[in-house]
Amino acid sequence: MFEDTSLTQLIFGRLSWESIPLHDPILLATFISVAIGGTAILALITRFNLWGTIWRDWITSIDHKKIGIMYIILGLVMLLRGFADALMMRAQQAIAFGDVAGYLPPHHYDQIFTAHGVIMIFFVAMPLVTGLMNYIVPLQIGARDVAFPFLNNFSFWMTTFGAGLTMVSLFVGEYATTGWLAYPPLSGILGSPGVGVDYYIWSLQIAGIGTLLSGVNLIVTIVKMRAPGMEMMKMPVFTWTALCTNVLIVAAFPVLTAVLAMLSMDRMLGTNFFTNDLGGNAMMYVNLIWIWGHPEVYILILPLFGVFSEVVSTFSGKRLFGYTSMVYATVVITILSYLVWLHHFFTMGSGASVNSFFGITTMIISIPTGAKIFNWLFTMYRGRIRFELPMMWTIAFMITFVIGGMTGVLLAVPPADFVLHNSLFLIAHFHNVIIGGVVFGFFAALNYWYPKAFGYKLDEFWGKLSFWCWVIGFYVAFMPLYVLGLMGVTRRMSQFQDPSLQIWFVIAAIGAVLILFGIIFLIVQLYVSFRRRHALRDVTGDPWDGRTLEWATSSPPPVYNFAFTPRVHDNDTWADMKKQGYKRPLAGFTAIHMPKNTGAGFIIALLSTVVGFALIWHMWPLAILGFIATMAAIIIHTFNYDRDYYIPAEEVIRTENARTAMLEQHV
Amino acid sequence: MSNQHSHEHGHHDQGHAPSTFKGYMTGFVLSVILTAIPFWLVMDNVFASASTTALVILAFAAVQIVVHMVYFLHMNTKSEGGWTMLALIFTIMLVVITLSGSLWVMYHLNSNMMPGMMPESSHTIHEMNEMP
Amino acid sequence: MSEINATHDGAMSADSSTRFYVNEHHPENGTLLGFWLYLMSDCLIFACLFATYAVLGHSYAGGPTGAELFDLPLVALNTALLLLSSITYGFAMLEMQRKGLRNTLIWLGITGLLGAGFIGIELYEFSHLIHQGAGPQRSGFLTAFFALVATHGLHVSFGIVWLVTLMFQLRKHGLTPENNRRLMCLSMFWHFLDVVWIGVFTFVYLMGVLS
Repeated sequence: MFEDTSLTQLIFGRLSWESIPLHDPILLATFISVAIGGTAILALITRFNLWGTIWRDWITSIDHKKIGIMYIILGLVMLLRGFADALMMRAQQAIAFGDVAGYLPPHHYDQIFTAHGVIMIFFVAMPLVTGLMNYIVPLQIGARDVAFPFLNNFSFWMTTFGAGLTMVSLFVGEYATTGWLAYPPLSGILGSPGVGVDYYIWSLQIAGIGTLLSGVNLIVTIVKMRAPGMEMMKMPVFTWTALCTNVLIVAAFPVLTAVLAMLSMDRMLGTNFFTNDLGGNAMMYVNLIWIWGHPEVYILILPLFGVFSEVVSTFSGKRLFGYTSMVYATVVITILSYLVWLHHFFTMGSGASVNSFFGITTMIISIPTGAKIFNWLFTMYRGRIRFELPMMWTIAFMITFVIGGMTGVLLAVPPADFVLHNSLFLIAHFHNVIIGGVVFGFFAALNYWYPKAFGYKLDEFWGKLSFWCWVIGFYVAFMPLYVLGLMGVTRRMSQFQDPSLQIWFVIAAIGAVLILFGIIFLIVQLYVSFRRRHALRDVTGDPWDGRTLEWATSSPPPVYNFAFTPRVHDNDTWADMKKQGYKRPLAGFTAIHMPKNTGAGFIIALLSTVVGFALIWHMWPLAILGFIATMAAIIIHTFNYDRDYYIPAEEVIRTENARTAMLEQHV
Repeated sequence: MSNQHSHEHGHHDQGHAPSTFKGYMTGFVLSVILTAIPFWLVMDNVFASASTTALVILAFAAVQIVVHMVYFLHMNTKSEGGWTMLALIFTIMLVVITLSGSLWVMYHLNSNMMPGMMPESSHTIHEMNEMP
Repeated sequence: MSEINATHDGAMSADSSTRFYVNEHHPENGTLLGFWLYLMSDCLIFACLFATYAVLGHSYAGGPTGAELFDLPLVALNTALLLLSSITYGFAMLEMQRKGLRNTLIWLGITGLLGAGFIGIELYEFSHLIHQGAGPQRSGFLTAFFALVATHGLHVSFGIVWLVTLMFQLRKHGLTPENNRRLMCLSMFWHFLDVVWIGVFTFVYLMGVLS
């Protein structure tokens, strides 16, 4: 009998029936909905016999276009989870004053704000941005795929399984209660003895590997696979920002990997990196994590700056103003982003000399961004502006992001930050720049590039409804938070004593509901557009009179992107080609060399996640076995030398002829 | 991708000079010398001052790293159109920022927030009347 | 492949058609650059570990210091093994250039054995320290020491696994361009680990004994 207990512990570690939170009604209701919804989806897939297609054409696909779409689907799905967390917080904070405790006990509330931050940054913003770069960059540089197609697939599945592991924490165990950066000593083994912080660590380590490899992939793609004639200073601005973003990824994510590894060693092996005793130093964690954290926010925003450059020039009908200064501004931001990190912890006590240095560098880094805004405005000046949805989102960005940026410069002043650090002012600032910049930018990109990816435009009516709900909702939700912050209200609180604050929280909650409608209308827009896709069809491949190479091919592009690799002569290559009287070739097509699909990425990522789960629950035998299996899967994959094939010329001819026919029909 | 192409690049792309026996031996001999001297300096207490020794061995380390880069890793400005060198310079810059930045920040944080734990006082017993 | 054409050829004229596109395009292989970039990211992981060691390096928590613990002759032996393995890998690369498969495999094998020797000595050193009560849990200094040195050791171990795998693949497929690329990547990896070790023996062991 004693042997039995040891065996159970050996196999299951600290996992037990108590780990499933059946006592919590909110979680129980969530679990039931997910179970029902999930079963319905699985049943539908089975009913329509889609498993084969899903495995062959999507899960094992190494096509950058499919992977890009899957990243964006992941981001949008996780947006729903992250936003649900936001709604719950707004609701709690709107009602919990004085004797009213609200419906969320602090222990649950703490998990919600932690999960909200982690999900929004790592599993919404990063996948959306990575998805855009994945889809668009090869097309913009005239390439057929990225440099390492298999790695691309593997990176996607690592990110997805990292998200999955976070989702599992809802139903098995619990999540961290430490905030999205998990500072020790609270996140150490004494402060958080449960599984929550371990879920946090291993989800991010797994997703982090995916992100790092994706960074290497896109840099090599841009450096090595540009079409002939596309020198660096002839690349589209979106490709430039993608290059700098991926440089930041390769340079910053190793730091996150190292710090989280150190934290997990403290938790699992009893080491003393960040402990309070035996020579540890918790402040070192804060220092290192923000060396990663600041470049991270530039990783989020730089691609969207690229989107705005493309959108502004296309919808003003003009070449972008100040291309060279845009490139320099992007590179300067990339370098400077490594010199500002301490502004996230002015109040930790490094003193006046250190604080002044970093305060000054923080103010300096706002200058190149300002230069970009002026360049966009000068591009619009004397242009023939079309207020299509991408342009509307861009203008909303410009106004909103500038406000957020200004509050950032305010926070850059250490004495001001001493009052405002960790207040709701800070929360308002970063949501201001992230929603104004990343979210609005993503919606601009979505409306802009959706026709390229799916062959039909998005419905304008529902798009505009979504737009106004998001923009107005954002201001109603977050401007009160600036007020509250200036009044001294601290972040991450689930209950308050001062009833005079309540009105602001109620207004913020109304704003959150408006944003909810914005999201609902987005979903409606996607659905209605699908239903109306024939009316909204993009026949030519160039629905906006675009300027860059992605518009030179069909919508959606064929699997090989371009029948012939383009030869580049000038910036805004497609605009140049149209001006020079380019005629699409109708003959002379040859076989095309392409990489093969593979399931190896999915399998290796899945095995890694099993290891992560096992480590979280201290299931040591499973962890060891899982690790060996993962290594074996990797080694077996390296023995596969048969990784590519040729698309036969007949198939290329057929595809191109079909396009020719469609173009002739609609002239 | 596979090797079905008629034109495979192999050694001939982008500044990939072939390695030579002479190159490797030069690097090896230099490395041996640059390793032996620091070990000797420390093990035999050659300099009276520890900080002189420290500076000298750090300098030797830096030189040996360059030797490895040039002779073993074939570091040059032509490789991959200059991108290899650019990546290395950028990385070195970040390593310097991470190391010096962390040291500077942590030194200040430690002296302001954990004054009793500073290295000078690591062997003294805490005296309450000495706390600032 | 050019014999397979579409129905009409007349639409193409030599000048205007090739102004805008190329008929056959093979992008350059990016594996070596990609691997170098990965190595740069690995450099940054080690930078964090070095920074942590620099910050925590004097936090002895009343426990043993580097001067008391480090066995410099043993470290010198280890350094010699690793340096030798670098030169033997170099010889393997020379044989690869001469297309000598058998000798390439021999030098690779010797490199692997030297690497295994390095790891063996390092494991002996660690177990000795732990037995003395100077394990990674003892103090911030020892935590940082073990993390840095063991991470390097783990990298070397992965390198050995990779080396053995590559030896099997060489026996199976020979010195193909793909395998040569893999040999060059492992070469970069192996020499890079030696570079990191220079930092380790200087900054950790030699400076540790000095202070």
